[in-house]
Amino acid sequence: MLDAAFFVRWMTAAAAVIDREADRLTELDSPIGDADHGRNMQRGFTAVVKMVEAEPPATPGAVLTAAGRQLISSVGGASGPLYGTMLRRAGKALGEAPQVSAQELRSGLAAGVDAVGQLGGSAPGDKTMLDALVPGVEALATSFDAAAEAAEQGAVATVPMQARKGRASYLGERSIGHQDPGATSSALLFAALAEVAK
Amino acid sequence: MSARATDGTAGGEGPPVGVVLVSHSGPVAESVATLAIGLAGSGDTVPVAAAGGTPDGGLGTSAELITKAARTVDRGAGVAVLVDLGSAVLTVKALIAEGDELPEGARLVDAPFVEGAVAAVVTAATGAGLDAVAAAATEAHGYRKE
Repeated sequence: MLDAAFFVRWMTAAAAVIDREADRLTELDSPIGDADHGRNMQRGFTAVVKMVEAEPPATPGAVLTAAGRQLISSVGGASGPLYGTMLRRAGKALGEAPQVSAQELRSGLAAGVDAVGQLGGSAPGDKTMLDALVPGVEALATSFDAAAEAAEQGAVATVPMQARKGRASYLGERSIGHQDPGATSSALLFAALAEVAK
Repeated sequence: MSARATDGTAGGEGPPVGVVLVSHSGPVAESVATLAIGLAGSGDTVPVAAAGGTPDGGLGTSAELITKAARTVDRGAGVAVLVDLGSAVLTVKALIAEGDELPEGARLVDAPFVEGAVAAVVTAATGAGLDAVAAAATEAHGYRKE
């Protein structure tokens, strides 16, 4: 079973991996985006870590809900409301239970990922974060490692796609050949989850 | 973020609908607010607030500036929120989905930013309610330029 401390460790590990990979995320965001994804995610997750350290929420649901709220407030780009909504919706789905099972985490995240699709009006294949999130959540039924692997493969699979959402969609065919930065950061979140689950 | 009102008195029975303009750019939001207020003319009072860019003056969307702007223009008759691109749209949608972040009656209006802002402020200046203000702004989609 996973308690609030596990979720705090997940958010902290996510912040650390985003910090390490921030330059790469920004590089990926240069040809097809506005070259701020790394910095935006860094700002958002730094705020999340500061918040969970200052007032650690008592339940898994509360950690994710509060983290989502921080992301919406502090990111400044589209990834803020998208990741923020995902975590908030997942947190609400987990309710007030002091501990949750991996399966409950999976269904909570599935609800969060659905909410991302609704908010952005997007689906897998549009070259967005959903291309990593959807396979990641599906593979969570097997293991945390499988989820991290599936999300990473999902991110890599965005390279040949043509973007249909966001700023990259204005580029049409010129968006082909670049890995989607949002799918890449989504894979990092699953990598952080697999890391803390070890 | 800044809030201003057109001068004069409200034309309708109740308080006026507020208008919030959310852009990726502070100067864009400010200028569109000035334009809309200027074209609304005198005689009515419409609280209009610009929430453009990030708090440090950069390009982007700030949930903090948006919630502040919405509270500033809320007179109890609802708030029409107009947005420009990407994260502005998503942030306002996410804030509305939160339930308690924006004032009750705050609504994201699907409208072209500049034309919609003018239509919203002009309509709100007549004392119209939120439905009419939102409808007027949305109708600006139908104005063809060629």
